[in-house]
This record gives sequence, C-alpha cells and structure tokens, in this order.
Amino acid sequence: MYLTARTTTFLFPMLSKRIIACLDVRDGSVVKGIKFKGLQNAGDPATLARRYNREGIDEVVILDVTATIEKRKALAKTIHAVSREIFLPLCVGGGIRGESHAEAAIEAGADKIGINTAALSQPELISTLAGRYGSQAVIVAIDAKREDGRFKIYVRSGQQGTSRDAVEWAREAADRGAGEILLTSIDRDGTKLGFDCQLTAAVSSAIPIPVIASGGAGNFDHFVDVFTEGQADAALAASIFHYAEHSVEDLKTHLHERKIPVRII
Amino acid sequence: MIALINYGAGNLTSVRKALASLGARVTTPRTAADLRWAHGVIVPGVGNFAVTAALEPNWRTAILAHVDRQLPLLGICVGMQWLFDGSEEAPEHPGLKLLSGTCRLFPSEEPVSNHGDVRPGENAGVTTTGRLKVPHVGWNSLHLVKRSWLLDGIADGDQVYFTHSFAAPVTADCVGSTPYGVNFAAAVERDNVAGVQFHPEKSSNVGLRILSNFLRRVS
Repeated sequence: MYLTARTTTFLFPMLSKRIIACLDVRDGSVVKGIKFKGLQNAGDPATLARRYNREGIDEVVILDVTATIEKRKALAKTIHAVSREIFLPLCVGGGIRGESHAEAAIEAGADKIGINTAALSQPELISTLAGRYGSQAVIVAIDAKREDGRFKIYVRSGQQGTSRDAVEWAREAADRGAGEILLTSIDRDGTKLGFDCQLTAAVSSAIPIPVIASGGAGNFDHFVDVFTEGQADAALAASIFHYAEHSVEDLKTHLHERKIPVRII
Repeated sequence: MIALINYGAGNLTSVRKALASLGARVTTPRTAADLRWAHGVIVPGVGNFAVTAALEPNWRTAILAHVDRQLPLLGICVGMQWLFDGSEEAPEHPGLKLLSGTCRLFPSEEPVSNHGDVRPGENAGVTTTGRLKVPHVGWNSLHLVKRSWLLDGIADGDQVYFTHSFAAPVTADCVGSTPYGVNFAAAVERDNVAGVQFHPEKSSNVGLRILSNFLRRVS
C-alpha cells in the first residue's frame, strides 16, 4: 500500500517520450528561419496550436524570437489566445529577463517559463523562479554550437558567442533548480539534417532532469534517433509540422511501431 | 457555481480557462465563508505540500462543511494529496484526512530492473544510469481500478499529464492507478469527494472529460 519499492514489485515506468511543437512568434505571427536567420511567416499561433492539439501534440512552446534583441516582453496576447483554446502544458520563452516578465507570462496562461540569455547573465534567476513557481515551471534553454570539438553556448538568439560549455552549464542549471533543459543545436536549426544526437546525449547523460532536444528535425527517423541514440526525453520541432508536410499523428504512429513509448490519442 | 480555491499555490489561470471552455461558472471566493454558496469546490495546487498550510484553519472548516452537505469536492495535484492524512514532504502539516494514507516520495534510489525490451535512457522515466527520474514529469497512462463517476468515459490506458515527486498510495478509494516505479493512486473517489494527481486542465481531451464529469456531478 505504501510507495516503497521493497514491499512491492518495482514496475518499469512507461513514461511517454514527448513531442513538442515550437511556435517561434514575432509580432503575433509564427515565423521560422534557418540557423536563426531569414524569418518567414508561417501563420497564426492559435490556429496552428489547435491543429497540433487535434493531431496529438504533447506540449507547446511559444518562443518570442525577437524579444531579447528588441527588448520586448513575451507576447501576453499570444499566450492568452493559445492557452484559452488548447489544454496542454504551455511553455513561454524569449525576453524573460526577470521575475516580473515570468509573472506576466504565467498570468497570461503559461505553465513553464523558458530562460536563456538571462539565466546565463544572472544564474540566481533560476533558483528565484524555481522557489516561487516550483522547478517544474523553470526550463533553461541552451543554444549550443560545435566549436573546437566542444559544444559552446551562444546567447541573444544565437548571435553572440560565449566561453561557456553546454554540458557544464546544463549541470549547473539543474543544480540551481531548473526542471528541464531545452537544448537547441544552432548548427542543425532549420536544416532538416536531423537532431545533433551527440550533443543531446552528452547533456542528457550528465544531468538528472529531462532534456528536450531541438534543432534539425527533417523526417520521422530523426525523432527515433534522438530518443534512442540521443537519449532525449522530449523532442521539439517547428517547421516539420508548420507547413502540414507531416502530421504529429503520423509521427507518433511511426515511433510507436518502433517501440518508443508515446501518447497515442 | 464552482468555487476554485486560491491559496497561493501556483496559478489558477489554466484550471479556470479549462472550466470556462466547458461552460462552467467559476468564482474564486475571497473568504472561506463564501464557500457556503458553492455547489462544487475545487482545490488546485502545485509545488510543495507545505503550501496547504495556507488553508488552515478557516478554509479547512469551510471545505469540511461543504463535504458534510454532500456536495462534490475535487482536489488536483497537491490539492488531491491534501485529502489524505498528510505527506512525508511536510509531516508537520496534516491533510484533510477525508481519505486514509500518507503521500510518499518516489523511490528514486532503487535501480530500475530491466523488463521487456526498453532500455534505460530509451524511456523518459529512467536515467541513463538506470534509476527512476524524480520528479515524475510527462504523460503516463491511467489504469482503471473500479467503476467511478469521475472517470466515466475514460478508457483504460488513456494518458494524462503529471508533474510531481510525492504520490498517494493505492487504497480502497483509488479508482485509477498509474505505474511509475510503483503503482500509485492517480485518481481517487469516495462518494462526492474526488481527487486527481495529474493535471486534467493540461491533459487535453481526456482531462476535459474528467472535469466535465465533475461538473455533471455538481449539477
């Protein structure tokens, strides 16, 4: 009757691998670029979110892609429009520089807050937000690029290099109370060449919290690779879903057939 | 009318929006005395069990009076754990004791033995070193234990969204269980008192169905 493994059979958990749709939002519209550049319009956030929900997406991320650069707050209006219509975990990132920005996003309907540039420049923000909203609400986003045989961190929407190493920073973020790591490969972003499985596995095996792999999804087998070889707990994609080339439903069927635990609706 | 208790434990926005989409009239009462007008009460919550201290003593009394009037009560996440005797997470704060049992931490130190053909690292709940990941975050399946008004229309194996580190034991009040290292109570029900460990407001259509079952019980 009690939750101790000694008195009962230890059950192998069949927690699903999550498929997450990312909506990169600028001025209220979804945009998508390649390697963080050349942004194109890809539609209305609420309309896309509704479609993904019908197809069985597990989670939605709204990323205000230009917020840090143009010093704008995450779009409360977009958050509200999406959270009013779909009842799934919703993460919001982009331009969250302090507690007040996080509070505004959560009040508009976000469940989780993604912090990137601000987490690096003021790491104590991770524990402040985790203390106030719980670790499950704090996602530290890391944009990494291969350089000299290492995974270097870039900030400010991939425009500014740092001297920090992605694996070492992920470990520190987890220690400070982050609930998940959203790990994007800048080299693969928008290229459809597949996720960077080496990068993902390096981070995933170093920390005890879930890793969301991002950047490079081009076909269904790329997801199989990142869930097995890359050891990712969740995979995030944008362009593969936006233009209705592939449905979330077909992706999940593909994964299920390959014995990867997923939520089928 | 549904009273959604705001006691400072996480945000109520999601629960309110989900209930609104189902056409419910929801209020967040300012004082415990306002609960006497409610037809149904929902205690949400996320985070540490200690947050339930904010419900003492006025809200506790008003909620127990609501249950005595045979009106439906739903606890979500920490709100469900609060229906029990208490939790190891904050032993100094007693629960509502409507259901018996103590909530306990998942056994993260136990090595996960390898069953079937899924290897550690290839499952979202297991670390690459073969241990259970805690907190339990993500979509997991709900197994129907017995007939229930709360889970009416839910199929065995339907998935719901969890995020928690402590869980309630499977007792006679458990109507839906979930395996995560051990079997724990994902949904409980006794007469008009119900609780869910997962977040129905974040569990898409399955979650909305459960919330609408609660609303139907209220009306």
